Amino acid sequence: MSIFYTKEHEWIKVVGDKGTIGISTYAADQLGDITFVELPEVGDEIEKGEIFCSVESVKAASDIYAPMSGVITDINDELESAPETVNDSAEDTGWIAKITIIDIDEEELLTTEEYDAYIETLD
Amino acid sequence: MSEDKKTPLYQSHVNSKAKMVPFGGWCMPIQYEGIIAETEHCRTSVSIFDTCHMGEFRFKGDIVNSGIEAAISFPISKVPVGKCKYGFLMNSSGGVVDDLIVYRIAEDELMMVVNAATCDNDFKYMSSFLSGDYIFENNSDKTSKIDVQGPLSKEVMKLFFDGDFDSMKYFGFIYSKYQGQDILISRTGYTGELGYEIYSDVSLAESMWDKLLSDERVKPAGLGARDILRLEIGLSLYGQELNEKITPVEAGLPFFVDFEKEFVSSDILKEQKEKGTERVKIAFMAETRRSPRHDFEIYSGDELIGEVTSGVFSPMLKKGIGLGLVKAGYDKIGTDIQIISGRSKIDAKVCELPFYKNGTARKKIIGAG
Repeated sequence: MSIFYTKEHEWIKVVGDKGTIGISTYAADQLGDITFVELPEVGDEIEKGEIFCSVESVKAASDIYAPMSGVITDINDELESAPETVNDSAEDTGWIAKITIIDIDEEELLTTEEYDAYIETLD
Repeated sequence: MSEDKKTPLYQSHVNSKAKMVPFGGWCMPIQYEGIIAETEHCRTSVSIFDTCHMGEFRFKGDIVNSGIEAAISFPISKVPVGKCKYGFLMNSSGGVVDDLIVYRIAEDELMMVVNAATCDNDFKYMSSFLSGDYIFENNSDKTSKIDVQGPLSKEVMKLFFDGDFDSMKYFGFIYSKYQGQDILISRTGYTGELGYEIYSDVSLAESMWDKLLSDERVKPAGLGARDILRLEIGLSLYGQELNEKITPVEAGLPFFVDFEKEFVSSDILKEQKEKGTERVKIAFMAETRRSPRHDFEIYSGDELIGEVTSGVFSPMLKKGIGLGLVKAGYDKIGTDIQIISGRSKIDAKVCELPFYKNGTARKKIIGAG
């Protein structure tokens, strides 16, 4: 298993050709109270770098970009009634979607260490 | 943010780890523990808000003959001493220079409370109407304002201040003392909950803030919660629902205009009231938790009919809510509208105000409590 991050603050946990996607704890903290998660639909094809859903907070709406290309196999529909789960646990129970990865492409993705260093440079 | 002004409570906010943002020329707390938690706290207990950024003017003179009445949408001279009234500072084209509360301190004395961003302009504009013998002062820099809001606020006020809070009416005010100095307390606010606004010398602000917070029922709330609280009960915000190009009639606030009174744009407003306007204010509720936001476009089918002036997620109703300005004819309760911005499309219905109906602001206070 490996975890990668994007500079747009998504994460993807990769096990074989299966990926779980969410937004980072840093992103959730920056957004503040999350009030709505626009979920994709099972069967949707998503393309690396393209917007496939969005997250809204009391402050702003934020598009979510696909960290890798794939096909949605599962969505976290508990977020429909409890989007605050993303604030409570962005990188675990606050996951957004699971995909079957079409192309395991790590280009432009960051490791945990690289991402931590990257967010240090923000603010 | 370094060039923004700081209220006397700035250090208290920093110490409580508030997120500070620029607002109307001031550096203000947008949130402390979290916007939703702060909103819910105010609806169930007591929240205090730093509103020291707002402007306070003092007028002393002959109210009827000084010229000041010509700028205001209601007759100040009819406000009884000891009461205050909400209304508008009007421009000559029917637009609103600011919304304000006028306190009738004495037969010949007023306090006027205005918004922070418009304060200096308001003072200049009002001055241009005045003539004869009068005193008109901008006391904003030496006046502190703290709002105490929430269903339990009367109990907290009684604990810390002397005054007959039991018989105090909505939009009434009293005088009290804090550390030997005079303070003014009105039963007013911007949350829809039972609440008070306390005006004092700036030197008292920090001590008063800390003292209020020493009660475990009291928590600080920031501008984020304040915006949700006011929108949940449908109150307008200057710069969004109201501005120099939106009239009080268009903004759905004719209640705060006296159509019998003559003032700088009374003829325009009278005509609008009789003939109707091309644009009208609506309140709407989304079918989901999705939040409409300021400037999002409002459609009826394919037709662009207007735009959102304010929108938030309502923690009390668990739905997106908002106010908008649309073409006349689309304001019937129940009308289906679509709110669109980029990829986001929100289905909503025109609804009645207030969105949140259980506010305690106007509640008759019965018993000793």
